[in-house]
Amino acid sequence: MYDAPKVILGIIVFLLLFTSPLWINIFGGQTSVKPNIQLPKDANECVYPTEYMKNYHMDLLNDWRDKVVRDNQRFLLKNGNFVDFRGKKMEMSLSHTCMKCHNNKSQFCDQCHNYLSVNPYCWDCHVAPKEGMK
Amino acid sequence: MNINRRNFLKIVSVGGVVGVATKMTFDAISDTGHSKLDDGRLKAKRWAMVIDVNKCEQQGDCKLCIEACHKTHNVPDIKNPKDEIKWIWKEKFHNAFITQENEHLPRNINDNNVLLLCNHCSNPPCTNVCPTKATWKREEDGIVMMDWHRCIGCRYCVAACPYGSRSFNWMDPRPFINDITEDFPTRTKGVVEKCTFCDERLVRGMFPACVEACPAKALAFGDLDNPDSEVRKLLQDNFSIRRKPELGTKPEVYYLI
Repeated sequence: MYDAPKVILGIIVFLLLFTSPLWINIFGGQTSVKPNIQLPKDANECVYPTEYMKNYHMDLLNDWRDKVVRDNQRFLLKNGNFVDFRGKKMEMSLSHTCMKCHNNKSQFCDQCHNYLSVNPYCWDCHVAPKEGMK
Repeated sequence: MNINRRNFLKIVSVGGVVGVATKMTFDAISDTGHSKLDDGRLKAKRWAMVIDVNKCEQQGDCKLCIEACHKTHNVPDIKNPKDEIKWIWKEKFHNAFITQENEHLPRNINDNNVLLLCNHCSNPPCTNVCPTKATWKREEDGIVMMDWHRCIGCRYCVAACPYGSRSFNWMDPRPFINDITEDFPTRTKGVVEKCTFCDERLVRGMFPACVEACPAKALAFGDLDNPDSEVRKLLQDNFSIRRKPELGTKPEVYYLI
């Protein structure tokens, strides 16, 4: 092989650059962007346990949407009775229930969605609560 | 216990009487027009509207119902008539009732403004053509519903509706909404929209926004299947017409002329 030292050096530099994100993460301490979720301060219960909501909130919202829009069932029923949530009948609504506690879209929804690069189209139509009131 | 013929007959007849009495009681209770259920929603078998054109006309240029509706439902205000979105609007009588063939109608009738909105037909042509069931006739109360999540924007329904009640969003409507109502979604580009008889208000025990907004009480709303309802009484006491009844769509919006 001609110019072996130069070629090998070149390959090593290339590999280092190519894998640089890994080294920066390992030696630089933290990843540059990480979801930083702000939980609502004045609420300590959600409609379902946190673990379930983390994994399945999208399925829940789809299910709620179908029940409300197609079956004309606005409030959650369990064994024929309305489910109580924070002193009121639980309404299956993104704007009227979820966003009443999680009232900051950019500090809650967007944190993970941006990190994972998912773009749900909820907000093309549904109106997010106004931010910057605090 | 040994049941003989005599006792058996006694038990059966008592049971029968109790059963019939219970049924009659329930029927009597449920026969009081549009009813308010225990969850607070208004319920009817067939929602309908009666619009008194003269009462409306006497208010002159009043647009309170239109403003109330369009504010409640985030209807964009697009000036260009080619792109405009409307749920409820005014039109001259001779344009609204285009198949009234009689010439020389009284001037005051012919030039009257008539309120137009989705007729929530009993036999809606728009729902039949929808390929995704994004619009459908709700069996329980007769509202022609829209599911904006499901609309793919093919505009078959716009073509099928003989009343021009459906509008298509040719562009993002958000920039054309001055003061957004957070409680109700906007629509997005490529979606058809129209009046839904305020289904989201009925479920909260309120009448449609336009009915509540009218200062002249020119709009009446109620259950057409209930003989004691306000709409039925108005239709019994007055002569009414509907738009293009010859098409067989059976509109549920009636006009007192």
